[in-house]
Amino acid sequence: MSGIKYRCGTALSGIFLAMATMLIAFPASAQELNGANTAWILTSTALVLFMTLPGLALFYGGLVQAKNVLSVLMHCFAIACMASVLWLVGVYSLAFDEGNGLVGGLGKMMLSGVSFDTVSGDIPESVFFMFQMTFAIITPALIVGAYVERIRFSAVLLISALWLIFVYAPVCHWVWGGGFLAGMGVMDFAGGLVVHATAGTSALVIVKVLGGRPGYPSQLHPPHSPGMTMIGASMLWVGWFGFNAGSALAANGSAGMAMAVTHISAATASLVWIFIEWKKFGKPSLIGVVTGMVAGLATITPASGFVGPIGGLCIGLLGGFVCYAAVGIVKEKLGFDDSLDVFAVHGVGGILGTLAAAVFASEGLGGVGLADGMTMASQLGVQASGVAATVVWSAVATLIIVYIAKAVCGLRAGDDEMDEGLDLSYHGERDYNF
Amino acid sequence: MKLIMAVIKPFKLDAVRTSLTELGVEGMTVSEVKGFGRQKGQTEIYRGAEYNVEFVPKVRLEIVVDDERAERVVEAVRDAAQTGKIGDGKIFVYDIEQAVRIRTGETGNDAL
Repeated sequence: MSGIKYRCGTALSGIFLAMATMLIAFPASAQELNGANTAWILTSTALVLFMTLPGLALFYGGLVQAKNVLSVLMHCFAIACMASVLWLVGVYSLAFDEGNGLVGGLGKMMLSGVSFDTVSGDIPESVFFMFQMTFAIITPALIVGAYVERIRFSAVLLISALWLIFVYAPVCHWVWGGGFLAGMGVMDFAGGLVVHATAGTSALVIVKVLGGRPGYPSQLHPPHSPGMTMIGASMLWVGWFGFNAGSALAANGSAGMAMAVTHISAATASLVWIFIEWKKFGKPSLIGVVTGMVAGLATITPASGFVGPIGGLCIGLLGGFVCYAAVGIVKEKLGFDDSLDVFAVHGVGGILGTLAAAVFASEGLGGVGLADGMTMASQLGVQASGVAATVVWSAVATLIIVYIAKAVCGLRAGDDEMDEGLDLSYHGERDYNF
Repeated sequence: MKLIMAVIKPFKLDAVRTSLTELGVEGMTVSEVKGFGRQKGQTEIYRGAEYNVEFVPKVRLEIVVDDERAERVVEAVRDAAQTGKIGDGKIFVYDIEQAVRIRTGETGNDAL
């Protein structure tokens, strides 16, 4: 008995001694570490990673034929792993190190200079690094939807790696890393430009060079598992709270409102798709409603920190209708086999939302208010410049990247490989061994 | 001995099985198949794109019975599987040369 008391006593005094030592050795840094914010961004990081693994993977997986489902899951998983390492090695630095107006420096390669207590704002820089990493992971993974069922695995890896360095890092730097678009006052809260516009535009470019699926457009194959797609979609919705509300980089009212408008936009756009399909075909589909959801989420993303609930509702309506039309235009009018509609939903949504942010951010429409000296019109001009810069750079850089990949490892799977299915041909596996 | 092979609508399987059990038929083999006849496939729509699904899911039953019961079995299957709408299916009757019960080695009608 007394032995235990003695040990507890020793342990407690040991703990007090350690705490006292820490207080002396680590004085409060110039920018106080905010525990609440740190906790929220840690959580958001997990939520956004969850969007890719397995949210997006399942979403896309259910939309392809059974013989190709593993290849899609593999693309998402492998890109996640590769993007993570590249982010550490240098892409984080290129995006967020000081550098110039166009690209960051190399000062933070391998996270050099960043230690356990380095802060970025009022959260640890390690947390900021991780949170931003999950964005760098999902953006190239979004592009997967454009080239499913016909691309070589080696091409996926090479294109994604080059893309992260030459498209994602610069655009991220321009908008969030203190680059020239930030200097112009472009509003992109959580990635309408950085994530959706880049991915969407690049998707179209890749599809142009890669070509469509065999049999497109006359012989189409329905999604092998709409149920799987809905499961993935649900994960995307939940994860998106980390994506948008986490972009407040704080656990505060801005995050709260961002979560609210994100959710309202998703719900509204989904209802829009139900409405359209009901009117057009008499049967609202599950694939339709979840696609509407993604349209609503992509569109609200750049505006999520600037608009109020009514803005969220309006943006959901806009995103729903416009993206629906875009799907038809890209596939039928323009003839691009952007298989899982990456441009029509993410690209168009991101661009639309970026422009809508200028409108619905105004105080009169319930937003946080425009920057000093800006009007809706002038801000719209700024947003449009941001869109133009992002789209043009994404298109040009991706075109070069795709041709490099074509030369180095080839782009398109062989006819027999596609007949067998990419799962067996490239990964030696079959998902369903009934 | 006759093998009666019937391709029917999947939801009719239970009704057919019940009706055959009443006739004293003691066994059958069932498989899930796809097919079409005059019932063309269906059109499914995903994100506004139309997909022509030509093959419709069906169920195939195979029943082997002695010659005397064959006609009654065919009638029973037809009555139970019928809906009157296109796609009800077809029944084919084959001659069976031999039947063997694996467990005991019995042959012919004793194997049925």
